Amino acid sequence: MHPLLKAIFSASFAASILRVTTPILFAALGSVVADLSGVVNIALEGMMLISALVGVIVSAFTGSAWMGFFAGAAAGVLVGLVLGYFHLKLRTNVILAGIALNLLASQGTVFVLYAVAHDKGVSSSLPSKVMPEVQLPIIKDIPVLGPIIGKQNILTYMSLIAVVVIYLFLYKTSFGLRLRAVGENPDAADSVGISVHKVRFIALAISGALAGMGGVHLSMGYVSWFSRNMTSGRGFIALAAKALGRTHPIGAFFASLLFGLTDALSNYMQSLRVPGEFIQMIPYVVTLVVLAVYSGRQLKSGRFSNE
Amino acid sequence: MTRNTWFELLRTGVAIAVALLIGFVVTWLVSESPGEAFGYFLKGPFTSIRRLGAFLEAAVPLTFTGLAVSLVFSAGQFNMGAEGHFFIGAVAATAAGIFFDLPPVIHTLVCLAAGMAAGAIGGFIPGILKARWNASELVASLMLNYVFLKLGMYLITYHLRDPSAGALVSLPLKETSWLPQFTRTTKLHAGILVMFLAVFLCYYFLYRTTKGYEARMTGHNISFARYSGIPVLSVMLLVQVLGGAVAGLGGAVEMLGIYRRFQWQASPGYGFDGVIIAILARNNPLLVPVAAVFLAYLRVGADVMALYADVSAEMVSIIQAVIILLVTAEAFLAGYRHRLTLKEVKQRASAS
Amino acid sequence: MRVQAELQAASPILLMKGITKVYPNGLVANSNVTFEVRKGEIHALVGENGAGKTTLMKVLFGLEKPDEGSIFIKGREVRISSPNDAIKHGVGMVHQHFMLAPSLTVAENIVLGAEPTRGIWFDRKQAELMCRELGEKYGLPVGPSAKIKDVPVGIRQRVEILKALLRGSEILVLDEPTAVLTPQETEELFEALKSLKEMGHTIIFISHKLREVKELSDRVTVMRSGVLVGTRDTGQVTVEEISRMMVGRDVVLRPLRPKAQEAPGEVRLVVKNLNVVRDSTHVLRDVSLQVRAGEILGVAGVEGNGQAELVEAITGLSPVDRGEVWVCGQDATGKSPGEIRNMGLSHIPQDRMVFGVASRASIAENLISTRYNKQPVSNGFSLDIKAISGLGRELMGRFEIKASSAQQPVGTLSGGNIQKVVVAREFSTEPKVIIANQPTRGIDIGATESVHRYLVEATESGTAVLLVSADLTEVMSLSNKLIVMYEGQVVAYFDEVEGLDEEEIGLYMLGLKRQEPDEVATSMMGRPVE
Repeated sequence: MHPLLKAIFSASFAASILRVTTPILFAALGSVVADLSGVVNIALEGMMLISALVGVIVSAFTGSAWMGFFAGAAAGVLVGLVLGYFHLKLRTNVILAGIALNLLASQGTVFVLYAVAHDKGVSSSLPSKVMPEVQLPIIKDIPVLGPIIGKQNILTYMSLIAVVVIYLFLYKTSFGLRLRAVGENPDAADSVGISVHKVRFIALAISGALAGMGGVHLSMGYVSWFSRNMTSGRGFIALAAKALGRTHPIGAFFASLLFGLTDALSNYMQSLRVPGEFIQMIPYVVTLVVLAVYSGRQLKSGRFSNE
Repeated sequence: MTRNTWFELLRTGVAIAVALLIGFVVTWLVSESPGEAFGYFLKGPFTSIRRLGAFLEAAVPLTFTGLAVSLVFSAGQFNMGAEGHFFIGAVAATAAGIFFDLPPVIHTLVCLAAGMAAGAIGGFIPGILKARWNASELVASLMLNYVFLKLGMYLITYHLRDPSAGALVSLPLKETSWLPQFTRTTKLHAGILVMFLAVFLCYYFLYRTTKGYEARMTGHNISFARYSGIPVLSVMLLVQVLGGAVAGLGGAVEMLGIYRRFQWQASPGYGFDGVIIAILARNNPLLVPVAAVFLAYLRVGADVMALYADVSAEMVSIIQAVIILLVTAEAFLAGYRHRLTLKEVKQRASAS
Repeated sequence: MRVQAELQAASPILLMKGITKVYPNGLVANSNVTFEVRKGEIHALVGENGAGKTTLMKVLFGLEKPDEGSIFIKGREVRISSPNDAIKHGVGMVHQHFMLAPSLTVAENIVLGAEPTRGIWFDRKQAELMCRELGEKYGLPVGPSAKIKDVPVGIRQRVEILKALLRGSEILVLDEPTAVLTPQETEELFEALKSLKEMGHTIIFISHKLREVKELSDRVTVMRSGVLVGTRDTGQVTVEEISRMMVGRDVVLRPLRPKAQEAPGEVRLVVKNLNVVRDSTHVLRDVSLQVRAGEILGVAGVEGNGQAELVEAITGLSPVDRGEVWVCGQDATGKSPGEIRNMGLSHIPQDRMVFGVASRASIAENLISTRYNKQPVSNGFSLDIKAISGLGRELMGRFEIKASSAQQPVGTLSGGNIQKVVVAREFSTEPKVIIANQPTRGIDIGATESVHRYLVEATESGTAVLLVSADLTEVMSLSNKLIVMYEGQVVAYFDEVEGLDEEEIGLYMLGLKRQEPDEVATSMMGRPVE
């Protein structure tokens, strides 16, 4: 068997899929929550980036990975609230507001990184911490499954738990009911005294917290440093994952796994004698193809969403 | 001037003022001598002929991307591909400048055409995905930006690289392809004429042709456009192709006029600045150069500040983000506008 | 003396004082309105479309912020800046467009905002139980576990009323509740409202159907162009008096239908066995009709019985599943809106803000949207700016559009003037066929009269007109021939409208009576449609 194929059918490859899926999954869940409340959150990319940097800086200064984690998630919440303020209060077009925040994140993180670490590329001069790896006691000994999900970063487990928690939250709690009602018919929610703004603010905060955790995973789990624009489009891929997953947490989970798979594949293919640029292109090309194929299916069954 | 125009001007002015103020606060937070740093930022572009030149030069690529974004925004399409189109247009012009042997002017035109074609293809892909399969042009164009960046770097590294140069740069473009520079002190070049032509053509297209009318009506209200019999899908595709071509042309002009060999390792960010320019210019091509000059001023000012003070140039992104947020905020100063309306109605009522 | 004492005892439960509301486009919706409602009465609020009734009620319910004025409930001044405040003060509202989330269940919609919970979880069982009990208590039974999108309009309205009652509303506002109901549903609603009144609730009932007002209300308040004209005891005024207060003069709207042609004109529009299925519902079933030059074919029916889908299918805005559409002898089935327009068809859409105009574009730009690529405004490639503004000025004059210039954005005009822009565009291209869908909805009486006049003039000069209107009086007074639609089918055809009885048409509209399908087709098309 070709060594690459051998590698792909190994448990460690399956484990790496879960690892690279983590940030996309967090962001995709964030996108589901925002979308169901009726706000298209394209600021996920920026939220992740900001949280990744905040996590690194706070963990470096406090010496605690968990402080970094919470600060990162809080930063995501804050960006969500800023987006909410402009979109809901000042009625900025939500796409343009998202673009502005992504721009701010992309350059602003470099600005802050330079101010803090005097480097515009990576944060390696900062003694930042990493979120712990966890071994699941019994599960790790199960054949096949054990090597795949037995030992992962704690954030990977948290992302899997988040799928269930977000599902229960959206479909089994009264706030979830309100959130979906606000997304489907804001006037209806308004007419029974539910504050549409409040619900959307909360949805954006949750969305930001989730994207933030995804960002923290990138800089404090996947690798142990922050580098400029390290999210490289994962926030946008998460938007595609949400669409593919029919704006449902479980669907988003499977869609994220698909994108995680392509990401992991492209990592494994670095060993091939193919120019690296082409391998790095794979996740983006796959996203494009999935977007076209999936949207095409929608078009046949229904009519134009915007007409 | 109508009440509306006046109000929009006022709102843009206030937004810029607030953004600069926030920029100053941030500078004050990180700098040892914030006043001096901010002074460099504001006055920097005017401190020497060379910088003044750099400032005006920077407005050229920004005008192209601003025009490109204005075209797609006019039709209500959120295609963010100008960044990638500009980049791939520059790569295509580089290849044409290196490989072809042609007489002067013709070589230049071929290179410009190559840049336009590359950009147009870049605009066509999200356009056709949207028109045929209703795929989000926003996500598609953002994905394509990464693809073009990687594709461009591959071409430069494996096919156009200058092996004798120390850094990763392309071979120099043949002199026959160059756009001439006007003076020795600055790099102001003939591309500026191409730019003005592009401004005029974009304006003519949007406001004086039937296709431009179709695009604007589709952007205003797509249901209305469809009801009126406007072929909305084909016009959505058309503006994205044209937008791509204009951005690609910008990349080509930049190569032929300024660099003359490809030397970017990352996307230079003109495409996203194009979004801000389109917003400031209200998608009106005639206002795009004005907004581009303003953005260029911010960029060069930030560079001068980074050079002489302890604040990095990325500070300017904060100012830019605040400008987008406030200029597009419908409710920003809307209370003031409503009071004006109310007063007017009352005056009218008491007059009649 | 006793009467006076009683009157004083019936102190106002609600007083809205000096309410003024100006919309951002400068439209004055309410001007210094003072409105008073007594406890336990059914109070009708009437007025023409656009008189400001709905705006006044939106102010009461916290959906619009008044520019001036104050609100008193039970004698105490209250501040209502959101529906939440209104609900707290015991005000509930049933809107004209239902405020429901279609994919949620009846129970979920009713308890929304006041959900029963068990721990942190939403208690679905309890919610369904509550809804069942509430429905029984007020005589408005509903099936709590059905999804809203699967239940009929009458039930949706019940859900709306139950929503308000669950929240303890003492003052219940209903905005044109009967517009979408069949007569039986209307009867049931009135019974329910009367029993609510007996239980001590106060009801404000917005309507412009005077017969209903007479039947149901204790008092009636009339509004006209943003001003409150007066309040009367319903028993002491006649329908004619109310009508005079509404329109401000003595004329009753009775436009003349176009003169019948001496010989039948050529057939311009043919629809054969048209079927449309949408979201797996069969919304049009074997609809066939034809319209000849020089006549208006009216389409009567309660809204939502397939009229909108019929218009969309004819004009190419939505696909046809089976059947044919022919315009001036050309096959228009499945063609694009542009292709169908080129066959000579014009279309006044039902919702002018969605389809009729681009509100940020100028009047002139809106006027050319169907001829921007034709002479004289363009040569097919570039636009002739002078010709465009010339055309704009000409049409503004001809169709009496009130604006400062043709460059003014359409969105800054009043509803009636916006509709005139649409009408000017659609009537000035010398159309062979005009589809007019609710052409006078929501516009003032003056504009309504103009639109009627243009329709009649166009018909008399040889255009074929298909007129769809939910206003039975309007279709009956304008049409030469009439069909009635019920549940996606043509249930009746009349080749003579003069002398038809409105009550009779009503029976067809409600599906209580129908002609045989073959009979309909034969009398309209001259032979049965295969």
